[in-house]
Amino acid sequence: MADAILEVFRGNQEIGGTKQYTVPIAPGMVVLDALHYIQANQEPDLAVRWNCKAGKCGSCSAEVNGKPRLTCKTRMDALPTDKPITVYPMKSFPVIKDLVTDVSWNYRVNKKIPPFTPKPGTDWKMYQEDMDRVQEFRKCIECFLCQNVCHVVRDHHKKEEFGGPRFFVRVASLEMHPLDNVSRAKLLKDELGIGYCNITKCCTEVCPEEIKITDNAIIPLKERVVDEFYDPIMKLVRKIRGAPKAG
Amino acid sequence: MTNQTKYETHEHDVLIIGAGGAGLRAAIEALAAGARVAVVSKSLLGKAHTVMAEGGIAAAMANVDKADSWRTHFRDTMRGGKLMNNWRMAQLHAQEAPERVRELEQWGALFDRTSDGDILQRAFGGHTFKRLCHVGDRTGLEMIRTLQDRGVQMGFDVFMECTIIRLLTDGKRVVGAFGYWREQGRFVVLKAKAVVMATGGIGKAWRVTSNSWEYTGDGMALAYDAGAELLDMEFVQFHPTGMVWPPGVQGILVTEAVRGEGGILRNKAGERFMEKYDPKRMELSTRDVVARSIYTEVREGRGSEHGGAYLDISHKPAEYVKQKLPSMYHQFKELADVDITKGPMEVGPTCHYVMGGIRVEAETAASSLPGLFAAGEAAAGLHGANRLGGNSLSDLLVFGRRAGLGAAAYAAKAPAVAIDDTQIAEAERDMLAPFDRGEGENPYSVHRDLQETMQNLVGIFRIEEDMNKAMGELEKLKQRAARVRVEGSRLFNPGWHLSRDLKSMLTISEAVTRCALARKESRGAHSRIDYPKLDDQLWGKQQNVITRDGDKMKLQQIPAQVVPQELNELLADDK
Repeated sequence: MADAILEVFRGNQEIGGTKQYTVPIAPGMVVLDALHYIQANQEPDLAVRWNCKAGKCGSCSAEVNGKPRLTCKTRMDALPTDKPITVYPMKSFPVIKDLVTDVSWNYRVNKKIPPFTPKPGTDWKMYQEDMDRVQEFRKCIECFLCQNVCHVVRDHHKKEEFGGPRFFVRVASLEMHPLDNVSRAKLLKDELGIGYCNITKCCTEVCPEEIKITDNAIIPLKERVVDEFYDPIMKLVRKIRGAPKAG
Repeated sequence: MTNQTKYETHEHDVLIIGAGGAGLRAAIEALAAGARVAVVSKSLLGKAHTVMAEGGIAAAMANVDKADSWRTHFRDTMRGGKLMNNWRMAQLHAQEAPERVRELEQWGALFDRTSDGDILQRAFGGHTFKRLCHVGDRTGLEMIRTLQDRGVQMGFDVFMECTIIRLLTDGKRVVGAFGYWREQGRFVVLKAKAVVMATGGIGKAWRVTSNSWEYTGDGMALAYDAGAELLDMEFVQFHPTGMVWPPGVQGILVTEAVRGEGGILRNKAGERFMEKYDPKRMELSTRDVVARSIYTEVREGRGSEHGGAYLDISHKPAEYVKQKLPSMYHQFKELADVDITKGPMEVGPTCHYVMGGIRVEAETAASSLPGLFAAGEAAAGLHGANRLGGNSLSDLLVFGRRAGLGAAAYAAKAPAVAIDDTQIAEAERDMLAPFDRGEGENPYSVHRDLQETMQNLVGIFRIEEDMNKAMGELEKLKQRAARVRVEGSRLFNPGWHLSRDLKSMLTISEAVTRCALARKESRGAHSRIDYPKLDDQLWGKQQNVITRDGDKMKLQQIPAQVVPQELNELLADDK
């Protein structure tokens, strides 16, 4: 069987560079398999996060040949083997070691979001057709690839005033929950900085769960912010109808 | 300088080790009871193994099949477990699961719906009625995210990427834990009045497994080291359907929901072989039966191209398959180049779950050590000799909650905690020893050989000769594990982490093998080639208990519980 050459980032925040490893290719092999091969046979201290190895936990995100990917779902036979396969940590987060980054910012953003708050006296009847769009958002596995690729984070470093696509998806899942009863529009505008997003759809492109982040989450949320803060008529209508959730 | 000032130290009322479904549910309940709570997890929050649970949560809500009730769920669970279950746990579980599911919904979980707007339930192996509340085939993700967000909002402290290497004891009482931060490699002392073990299972000791790197039996081994009892360790579940091809994905779970939704198993001759093994329930027989059936087909030369069976759902409309089994659709398409709406999957047994674990009381989840509680896969009792699909997620909710309550109640009355520095010093010395060795083996090669040993000698079908050999191999592996060498620094060093996880895996591997050798019968997931029949007279009436006796592992038999008359009547055969 042929060999592949992997060029993997080794190092920490202060010092680092790439190192090349030769790995024998097996049928159906994914990049994470290759990294595990290196750990088991060459360098046991190569730092990699992973859990399920089946695209369900979102732990093994990295940049393979410059593209943000889950390494457990990136097939070696889909990559050109005439040159080394590069594997770098996600660029938008500080490196801890090798491919492991500090993603704690995401957990801090999440804490700001008011939880699901049901309407008083609800009977807990919900219909599938009202839930389909929310279930799309609930597919998110928190791989943070969308956060990594978003230029507001990646190039403009707006972590303090911006929530990022992952948390717009999360807010959308709450705002569009058929039985939720609070508005998170002010949070979106003031603390999560949804206005910074200029809908380039980079997040949608990298989502391994194929969530249409921009079209189905961010744009409706932007509209909601506009309605609530910049459209007095809509605001009045909502007040009268007592239902802040537009279809 | 004392250890209390030498190490980063945290103090809580309740310390929960493990942040999967059981740990998070325990944390929520302990918080609600007013305790100060910390949750420790080896991974990032939200990545625990619960996330991989696919098929659903079993709860007799009777939304689809109106005739369902807790009594039928109790009966199915007990019969599926070949009556080795702790009957009281099985009763509490069946009675409380529906309320636990409703609670999840009230915290924001969105289950698939019936046309009436209720929670939809699907069929699963061994369940008489359609009982599994689900979200497509990603139920575990929905559950963990719901619990995680609830807990974070309520305000527990989360210690992510932290591995516990020793329970700290004061006499017999458990008073906290000692561990290290995986990122930096620094040690940390976690003092607590009560500890809940919610660390999951042991599958990483086998080569073909659906389990992630985290599943190294830490909780059971730590509890054992501290003096707790382990129960029923011979009962290891091999899920019938793991992926078999390509090699890199071998063992990855193929949800039972494929069969729940109508998937059919065939051998290479196209025969629907379950007709031979369980003509009544067919593909929806219990997992032990289906796993053995597939294994037997393969062994007798009727396996699929890569040594499994064919599982086919392509007779259902493509859109239906994609809606009900979306992650299976993607998993096979991306990892195996198979479109499951068009053709069959190849599947075979994979080590999935351990029914045995820390022995606990049904009501409070208290272990045999004061101050130590256990829930979820780390605890034993509910599932007996074989777990039904869907009963794991409900287990996490029902007994996670009870463990949280039990631990908070214990902590409220417990005196202040005193930590013994010598235990900490000893644990630190052992942990750092692999760095100091001038030469020694790579921990990965020891792990590989352990997996081969357990896979080949203590697998689905067991025989005395093999298991005696396994005992010898485990002894050699222990020697090797004690001499491994670790390179590099303490900064996020997987080789170093594995050097400690290996010890836990070796402890539980020995416990499994000893119990499996002792149980001279076949029951549920424990199949002996040399004792192929149930032995109700002897082994139907006793259970294996493992304890530590100095450096030696001690195995004893205790009488099995007697099911009270009124519940026993529910268990009778229906003719």
